[in-house]
Amino acid sequence: MPINYIYPDYEVVRDSSRCITCRACERQCANEVHSYDLELKCMVSDSMNCVDCQRCVSLCPTRALKIEKTTNTFKENANWTQSLITDVYRQAESGGMLSTSMGNPNPLPVYWDRMLINASQVTNPSIDPLREPMEIKTFLGRKPEKIRRDENGRIITEMSPQLELNVPIMFSAMSFGSISYNAHESLARAATKLGTLYNTGEGGLHQDFYKYGKNTIVQVASGRFGVHKGYLDAGAAIEIKMGQGAKPGIGGHLPGAKITAEVARTRMIPEGTDAISPAPHHDIYSIEDLRQLVLSLKEATGYKKPVFVKIAAVHNVAAIASGIARSGADVVVIDGFRGGTGSAPTRLRDFVGIPIELALASVDQRLRDEGIRNNVSLVIGGSVRSSADVVKAIALGADAVYIGTGALIALGCHLCRSCHTGKCNWGIATQRPELVKRLNPNVGYQRLVNLVTAWSHEIKEMMGGMGINSIEALRGNRLMLRGVGLTETELRVLGIKYAGEIWS
Amino acid sequence: MLKEGSNGFRNPSGCAISGIFSKSGRRIPGDKIIKSIRIMHERSNGLGGGFAAYGIYPEFKDQFAFHIFYDHVKAKEECEAYLRNNFLIAFQSEIPTRKHPNICEAPLIWRYFAQPIEARLIEREIDEREFVSRVVTHVNTYIAGAYIFSSGKDVGVFKAVGYPEDVGEFYRLEEYSGYSWTAHGRYPTNTPGWWGGAHPFALLDYTVVHNGEISSYDANRRFIEMFGYKCSLLTDTEVITYIIDYLVRRQGLTMEETASVIAAPFWSVIARKSEEERRQLTFLRNMFAGLLITGPFSIILGFSGGIMALNDRLKLRSMVAGEKGDMAYVASEESAIRIIEPDLDRVWAPSGGEPVIFTLNGGEHKCR
Repeated sequence: MPINYIYPDYEVVRDSSRCITCRACERQCANEVHSYDLELKCMVSDSMNCVDCQRCVSLCPTRALKIEKTTNTFKENANWTQSLITDVYRQAESGGMLSTSMGNPNPLPVYWDRMLINASQVTNPSIDPLREPMEIKTFLGRKPEKIRRDENGRIITEMSPQLELNVPIMFSAMSFGSISYNAHESLARAATKLGTLYNTGEGGLHQDFYKYGKNTIVQVASGRFGVHKGYLDAGAAIEIKMGQGAKPGIGGHLPGAKITAEVARTRMIPEGTDAISPAPHHDIYSIEDLRQLVLSLKEATGYKKPVFVKIAAVHNVAAIASGIARSGADVVVIDGFRGGTGSAPTRLRDFVGIPIELALASVDQRLRDEGIRNNVSLVIGGSVRSSADVVKAIALGADAVYIGTGALIALGCHLCRSCHTGKCNWGIATQRPELVKRLNPNVGYQRLVNLVTAWSHEIKEMMGGMGINSIEALRGNRLMLRGVGLTETELRVLGIKYAGEIWS
Repeated sequence: MLKEGSNGFRNPSGCAISGIFSKSGRRIPGDKIIKSIRIMHERSNGLGGGFAAYGIYPEFKDQFAFHIFYDHVKAKEECEAYLRNNFLIAFQSEIPTRKHPNICEAPLIWRYFAQPIEARLIEREIDEREFVSRVVTHVNTYIAGAYIFSSGKDVGVFKAVGYPEDVGEFYRLEEYSGYSWTAHGRYPTNTPGWWGGAHPFALLDYTVVHNGEISSYDANRRFIEMFGYKCSLLTDTEVITYIIDYLVRRQGLTMEETASVIAAPFWSVIARKSEEERRQLTFLRNMFAGLLITGPFSIILGFSGGIMALNDRLKLRSMVAGEKGDMAYVASEESAIRIIEPDLDRVWAPSGGEPVIFTLNGGEHKCR
């Protein structure tokens, strides 16, 4: 028997006094952790396969199960941590890259948590959203530079195409293929109900979802999967994906196992083949090439739809965003390094890119310094986790945010970071029919609507507390933020004062 | 004296405002506005008062009238050299004041009537108003100890640290007559002590007196600074003045349109308007989203030939308007109107976000 270097991180703990051997856990686990021992007449489990998705725990009718972090400990070493040692074992065995999914889990600074929000006291009344109008309607799109009037002196109100959002929250790009049909249906219906938008990701648009086109952003990525004239025409906006926060600098890889007949048809590729999108767009090697693609897409759709350009937050993000703002794009999207993914090389996910808070602050300020902030709207994503994060993002200068991970969590995701295996027990990041059906879109869509509705209420309460009754007066209003536990440099980049410092 | 805005010092304040306007263009002596603002003594705390007057310099009405504070003679020399390089100065003098027991630590206060040198406009390819606005920004930003606090034609701002009625007496305002007056008494929640920080705040012929504390300040500041303005005082009034200059002078909006940007109707109100109006209001709100002002304010904007009074859209600050014959009045409190005109034809409290505009008879207020 070969030496087993790897010990599972998590262990399944079963309280046998509670277990009624109903075998629900066995049926629920696509990773085949649980089984029934015929001789012993009890349930047994192999923790080696457990990803800690909590599906069995949630479904166990007698609460007999829990998952614990293992106490098995390698000799402690602050430099060579247990997880690093294990990774070496793994690669020594496989010779391959380490794969993972979802956002960066490492304990790097979360700047959202180091910014605090203001409230009115005495000199300026707070406003009660239960009693006064509190406006969060948001328009995305390029604004005109000059007022123009017709021969009668009336203002000419034609402008570049605009998107009207009832809430400044959209669902970020997640492709059909990386997530399931039922997950897509939930997102599409929720966006429609909420008066916002969801994003197809790079996997094309399933025929069944064309009817949600008014609330759909169709994505064009480097693989051009599923892109055709009808697809471009179907959405309310088009997003060119240049990069993704979870894996800046590389393309996507959807394993053949997830390319079912439906996914293959939607992506316009053969069934069962790996869908590998190239790292760059091979028609975009420079900013002027991007401009050509932006304008080509506009030409193809009659200049009726705003074009988004999404990039990962990288070191030179401000200058790149400035280039995009001059490329004819209507919306710049910045995706931070904690953003989720259905699959990424672990080292890339964990160590490439920068935090969205810093990238956002820097991009917004740069666009203002250049006087072109009104040329584009600014949307950010990459770990917006709560309504407070939304408020802080808008105060730093964002027009709207994308939520991806948060939306999946609303659908039941427990962040087990195993999407790339295609065995999502929650029916989200899988194409296996018996797993997909676990996510009921009628329930899923309602949970998404509930989440965004709840956040909207909280955003309005916080705005009212600040004495602000319309979202545009919060946008870029950095005086409403104060930092704690931040260095001078961090404060300078964020453009905020330290807590306790007076106005300005 | 710590100049406001330096070291990030921002000073929110409460206040009293008052305005008098003669639609027939009859010139009213300054003691009347002093009487009006005096009765609202309790709304100020002695840390700033000031006045703006229109039509007071008929003999120099085609010249830009600069009122300038100097902290010291060196600043005056430097500023005058700069002005002489850019303007033909028709006349200059100290602004007459009288000794006043409650007004102390006065800077040097000078005024200049001047016209830009034509060659300076040609070489920059800009009109004289744009030129003057750039000069004001330059002096106030780069010449230490010099501060231009009034820069329009046939208009003058007079302000100081003190109660407004004392400031009016200090400047001998009873000796001036104008068709339009506004006044301000300040209640800052901090000790400024700097004369430039008093209101009105002025750029060209736009003067703003303001009562309130806007919650949108930094959103507005960071938006307007994209267009060459520099908010150095960090006061609400300063940013409001720049917004008005940008919308009216540079974008050519009417006063009503300007009001629908800075105190925009709620979306629910816009939804009830006619198709045409809805399209226009939506367009303006969307295009100038960064210039919506939230939080409490009441302002009186003075401009050549008119005044506009405006409340925030929730009306979180008191403001009353009145009319008698050709005279129009606006004030924080009705008492400030009644004290100078007890027998009014009409008195009303304008709704939030509803601009009240008075202009000289037969004169359209300027569109640009």
